[in-house]
Amino acid sequence: MLTIKDLAVKFPSRFGDVTAIADVDMTIARGEIHGLVGESGAGKSTVGAAVIGLLSAPGYVAGGELTLGDTDLRSLSEREAHAIRGDRISMIFQDPQTSLNPLMTIEDQLVETIQAHSDVNHSAAVKRAVDLLEEIGIKNAAARIKAYPHQFSGGMRQRVVIALAICTDPELIIADEPTTALDVAVQSQVLDLIRRLAKDRQIAFMLITHDIGVIAQIADRVTVMRNGRVMETGETQQVLTRPAHPYTRALMDAVPPLDRRITRFRVPDETEMASPGSTPDNAAERWLLEGQQHDLTGLTLEEIHLSFPGTRTSIWRKPAPFVALQDINLTIRPGSIMGLVGESGSGKSTLAKAITGLIAPTSGTMTLGDRLLPAGKARKRHDPSRQLIQMVFQDPYSSLNSRHRIGDILSEPLWLYGFVKDAVERRALAAAMLELVGMAPDAIDKYPHQFSGGQRQRVAVARALLARPRFLICDEPTSALDVSIQAEILNLLKDLQSVFGLTILFISHNLAVVRQMADDIAVLRNGRIEEIGRAESVFEHPKAEYTKKLLALTPVMPQSWNL
Amino acid sequence: MIGFLKRYEPIWLFVHSPAAIIAAIVALMILLGAVFAPWIALVNPYDLSSFNLFDGLLPPVWQDGANPKFLLGTDDQGRDMVSSILYGARLSLIIGIAALTIAAALGVGLGLAAGYYGGRFDAIIMRIADIQLALPAILTALLIDGIARGILPAAIQQDLRVAVLTLAIALSLWVNFARTARASTFVQMNKEYVQAAIMMGQRPSRVMFVHILPNILGPLLVIMTVDLASAILLEATLSFLGIGLPADSPSLGTLIRIGMQFLLSGEWWILWIPTLFLVALVVSINILGDFLRDVFNPRLR
Repeated sequence: MLTIKDLAVKFPSRFGDVTAIADVDMTIARGEIHGLVGESGAGKSTVGAAVIGLLSAPGYVAGGELTLGDTDLRSLSEREAHAIRGDRISMIFQDPQTSLNPLMTIEDQLVETIQAHSDVNHSAAVKRAVDLLEEIGIKNAAARIKAYPHQFSGGMRQRVVIALAICTDPELIIADEPTTALDVAVQSQVLDLIRRLAKDRQIAFMLITHDIGVIAQIADRVTVMRNGRVMETGETQQVLTRPAHPYTRALMDAVPPLDRRITRFRVPDETEMASPGSTPDNAAERWLLEGQQHDLTGLTLEEIHLSFPGTRTSIWRKPAPFVALQDINLTIRPGSIMGLVGESGSGKSTLAKAITGLIAPTSGTMTLGDRLLPAGKARKRHDPSRQLIQMVFQDPYSSLNSRHRIGDILSEPLWLYGFVKDAVERRALAAAMLELVGMAPDAIDKYPHQFSGGQRQRVAVARALLARPRFLICDEPTSALDVSIQAEILNLLKDLQSVFGLTILFISHNLAVVRQMADDIAVLRNGRIEEIGRAESVFEHPKAEYTKKLLALTPVMPQSWNL
Repeated sequence: MIGFLKRYEPIWLFVHSPAAIIAAIVALMILLGAVFAPWIALVNPYDLSSFNLFDGLLPPVWQDGANPKFLLGTDDQGRDMVSSILYGARLSLIIGIAALTIAAALGVGLGLAAGYYGGRFDAIIMRIADIQLALPAILTALLIDGIARGILPAAIQQDLRVAVLTLAIALSLWVNFARTARASTFVQMNKEYVQAAIMMGQRPSRVMFVHILPNILGPLLVIMTVDLASAILLEATLSFLGIGLPADSPSLGTLIRIGMQFLLSGEWWILWIPTLFLVALVVSINILGDFLRDVFNPRLR
């Protein structure tokens, strides 16, 4: 039904045209869910934008064919293209927060769209809108349709976005990362809905995502892209289990499996990215090992309770506090990796901030090794824990100061904690450390923006290590990164942990990633620990209902596909 | 080298923005003229012996009865207009830049601290800023002028006119810097690099000035250019109203005030030439400020 042939999109710039995608071929049949996977910059979204005719400003379709049914999409005038958008092709965006107008009720938004495309009166349009909401699984739709977007939860909102997309009975829906912003439970509902719509209404879906698990769950066919070109296309099961193209194979190797633990990821260009340990006599490694007081340091949290002041609803009454964490009892064994999992809003990052002293728990005690950790502001600037506890943050784009050179960023802990007095020595050590985390030492004079996300995350790890920490907090260290980069960073963290005997608190929402890293697991939900135990037993024999649900809903490849 | 310059985004944008180029040329010429006024001006308007009353009220060269020596004519005292304007611009720029420096140091420091510490400290600083904002600049200037007259001995009052004026202008401009610095600091405080620095136990002053400040310089630079224009205008206004500088050490505002007397008497150049000059200076600085804002805020492009 949708046929793309030799599609090329170019973006003119002042250095000549930049080819965003080239030679893209793809066909999507009626009722087919066609997955489009690739890492960031692969041109997935550009394909979708070209099909619906919404390429961002200077970009243009430079060649190839785009046909929907028997309509040549490229020959349409601006007016005809506008008529087709929404009518025959719809789009679902990533973020349901921003794709709905916050000042219009759901009813107004649906009715507006229905009336724009078909000549029906208002009450008929309202009736159709209610039917649609019922169809996509919103209960009591007749009453709820009067609500504003903010009165719906994230998953409900994404359903409304889908209702908007299907209210004109389109033939093709382009879904650009439709579940990336959602938690697993909601994600699985939305995926079910997409599958049902494809089956019942015979709508073709172009499902753009970076998540192989999602593809494995619902896509009939899949196209793998890289650098604007199609690497491989075919039946989902065939592409994912018996990839023909080496890139697909490398990609699949980097995807962390949920059902088993692998010691190391196979990373294709391991020679290029030197892995730690490959340079046996590294100055930074020697420095770190010699400064190590050979004891391993564990962390114990007892009865941690943390609440924030709530929003005031009356000037007379004290606002009810918002409880972020309660009854947290957690022992992180010295030298082990504790995995902390939970959905967004479960209090994972709050716990990390409490440990680092950025916020103070309302009550409870924290013990690092055998010393009591002062909470929040009570922790002085010169407290030894400031050096012993270091953190690797989620977003490598904001965790490094973009106005400082890499060398300055790395020398800072050495200077701050008084480890190395001489500036020249500090620099040499920083360069050696860059080598240790698998980067070229000449990076030292560059700025963070000159590096990719993965490289920046390596720098962030290097900075944390240069403080000679004993306890490392990794707060979603790979969730901003592509899977192949994620595999490299996870390998790096594993290697460093085993060489330097670090104790790590590894926070993630991604169960498969945690499984690869953690010795113990704590499952957090609404500020409470639902389950805690050895990683293997939690994954193989989960006790809490919530853990079972999380494990069941995480999209993975069907068991029967496994080799 | 040329290739590098062409690739460097701000320079490329600059080369492709005719308004910015013209504004930069005008501003640069005025700046050079002001800096080198003592060497290029015909007479020193502060030095009574260097001009002659008999040359008074000569029109610009393109009008009848002009003396080619005085390109833009002379005022009633016989002072060459070109020299007066160059010296006036020099004084205006000195006061403007000095006031701006004080305002920026005060405002950025307070704004950074307010954004960093937040809470009660922030509330106090910002309420003071609100009060300052509610007072018109002229009122502030009058207030400071009055206090200076009250407490300083009469002998040094004349010498300190420039300092008093500078202080008055600085006090009415620091609020802009404080507000911008505070808002930008709030944004940076949520960035993980700041949290990392605090977590590691860095001194607050180091976090503020070494980590945060370089990241908020962009918007501050924009404020700085726009406020330079405001400072110059404010000085002109104050001098025009007679609160500022006396007639014997004329800034642009003083020149305009002197020219007012000749508005209806046919000697138009005494008023209009300094006025147009002031407009050219302020407009070109403002255009440069707009250009800078576009450079630092790619979304507006």
